[in-house]
Amino acid sequence: MSGEPFVFHGGVDLKELLPYEAHDVRQLLEQVGRVPLESLFCHTAAALLHRSTQPTGYPNDFAHWTGHEIRDQRLAERLAAIDPFESGSLEEMRGELTATLSDHLQHFPPSVPGLGVEPFRFFQTHLVPVPTGHQARTLREFRDALAEVDVSALFYHLIEARYRLGRGRGDFAEWVAAALELPQVAERLGAIVPYGGSLERIRDRHLTVLTAALDEQQRR
Amino acid sequence: MTSVARLDDYRQVAPRGAVDLLLRLGERLQGRSLVNVSGSRYRGLTIEVLNRLVPILNDLGIDTSWEVTIGTGDFESITHTVARALAGTEQVVTDAMLVRLREVGEENAKRLRLDADLVMVHDAAPLLLVESRAANGRWLWRCHHDLSSPQPQLWNMLRPVAQRYDAVIFSDARFAAPLSVPRFVIHPSVDPLSERNRDMGRSEQATHLDRLRVPRDKPFLLQIGQFQRSHDPLGVINAYRLVKKHYDLRLVLAGSAPGSGDNVLAEVQEAASQDPDVRVILLPPDPQAEMNALERAATIVIYKPLSAGFGINVSAAMWKGKPVVGSLAGGIPNQILPGVTGYTVETVEGAAFRIRHLLGNPELIGRMGAAGREHIRRNFLITRHLGDYLALLAMLTK
Repeated sequence: MSGEPFVFHGGVDLKELLPYEAHDVRQLLEQVGRVPLESLFCHTAAALLHRSTQPTGYPNDFAHWTGHEIRDQRLAERLAAIDPFESGSLEEMRGELTATLSDHLQHFPPSVPGLGVEPFRFFQTHLVPVPTGHQARTLREFRDALAEVDVSALFYHLIEARYRLGRGRGDFAEWVAAALELPQVAERLGAIVPYGGSLERIRDRHLTVLTAALDEQQRR
Repeated sequence: MTSVARLDDYRQVAPRGAVDLLLRLGERLQGRSLVNVSGSRYRGLTIEVLNRLVPILNDLGIDTSWEVTIGTGDFESITHTVARALAGTEQVVTDAMLVRLREVGEENAKRLRLDADLVMVHDAAPLLLVESRAANGRWLWRCHHDLSSPQPQLWNMLRPVAQRYDAVIFSDARFAAPLSVPRFVIHPSVDPLSERNRDMGRSEQATHLDRLRVPRDKPFLLQIGQFQRSHDPLGVINAYRLVKKHYDLRLVLAGSAPGSGDNVLAEVQEAASQDPDVRVILLPPDPQAEMNALERAATIVIYKPLSAGFGINVSAAMWKGKPVVGSLAGGIPNQILPGVTGYTVETVEGAAFRIRHLLGNPELIGRMGAAGREHIRRNFLITRHLGDYLALLAMLTK
């Protein structure tokens, strides 16, 4: 084994309400084109932070709002299909969102929102990173610590690292490849797609891969 | 009565790893100081949260104090009027009242110890303290109430005051007013170790139910809330009547007596007098254990106000593993995951339909109750609230 130990960080997030709102789909299109990228991150990838472990429907806030408030299922489905983890960058995702909204508006002009429709309010997430106190030098220590850490560590090392800070395949896969020199395990970890799941489900999938790798090591 | 709890005590109820994370964040912030300022030390959910959080923050090494503004009798009545006007209720707020508010603010600013890295001012009564703020330290206004439609004339005068804070915190995005300073949203929370929410065995529940004269021979629906028209107890009775045609069950309406001028209690009692299965309970003062027992013994909890604040009662019921059928008022939709932990409804008929659906599929009651408890564990426990305050301290007092 070589390299530095893996130090697990979690985080506490605070939501800041931004001065942007949309009351219908046309306004949503305008605002999606205008708000800071951080806000798009907050409403798509970062929606995972507080998602229930139970299936609750749409995987991002834009789809949720158009489905539940505007009651436009067709648009909600199209927005739900935009995978923030597949887009090359947040700017590219903004492009996908605006293209989908524009296309929808060309075919389906927005209706007047019904009574009691809540506007879409744009937020920004501030994540305060915190070391969890767990660290690992071996695959087993890594697996055991991952089973114990606060679920925000999954968000910090996978979602924040990979999709906002651009750290390769995420911190877990990168460390397993570089420090433990286990490229195949790293590949399997890097291939876990967070779209549509919850952080606990993502943890379970990582633990499955790591446990299988440990079993393999033991058999050798 | 709130006993002193340590952060470690929450390991048994908080999400896995959460307490360790809070301890680490606390370590990082050791030596910083926080002062809370409120208009009272005795009333309201805010006070319960502060009662718990202040000692825990001090345990973590953050020098945390809690100051209370003092004024004469007229000051208290003025602050109530101002609070109601800020919440959008039509009130007469005179210039003389505002002058008095400012004077008391200045007097308190001289008296209180407000020298801290972060000063968190809770609600309307101490709002004007910020006019005397010193150059050092950051100031936050923690607005616990709905500020989305304040009385315009009053807000025109107080908005510049609110904007002297470094940031304002609202309990729900719906409650936020437009401001030129950063606005954060921090939801209220429930304390799982408090008398209201602590674990309670069946025999203790039975003791409370017997004392409240709630028979245990049938399932019962429960709404807890003040007997005010805004809590729609008559609507709840009508929903119960629709359900009662199909299921043999009871309805328990429990709450405190209404203020003067609201005669809904008499109407509720009249309706109850015609049906032995409707039980109307006027709760004793500080009925934390009684509410705990009622929520734990209920089959389904209803929370159907026509207008509401955040409605943290919903989370309290969900923490006890109960599906909640709630209205769309205030912060209720932020707590219920429709179809997962309960249902949100807009009408009496909708409430009845959802209750019937649950009673017809009893396995759903258990499944939604369990999902609700997990949802609260992750999002609405006081440990999350503590994390929010620590994050504010970390972000604003670098």
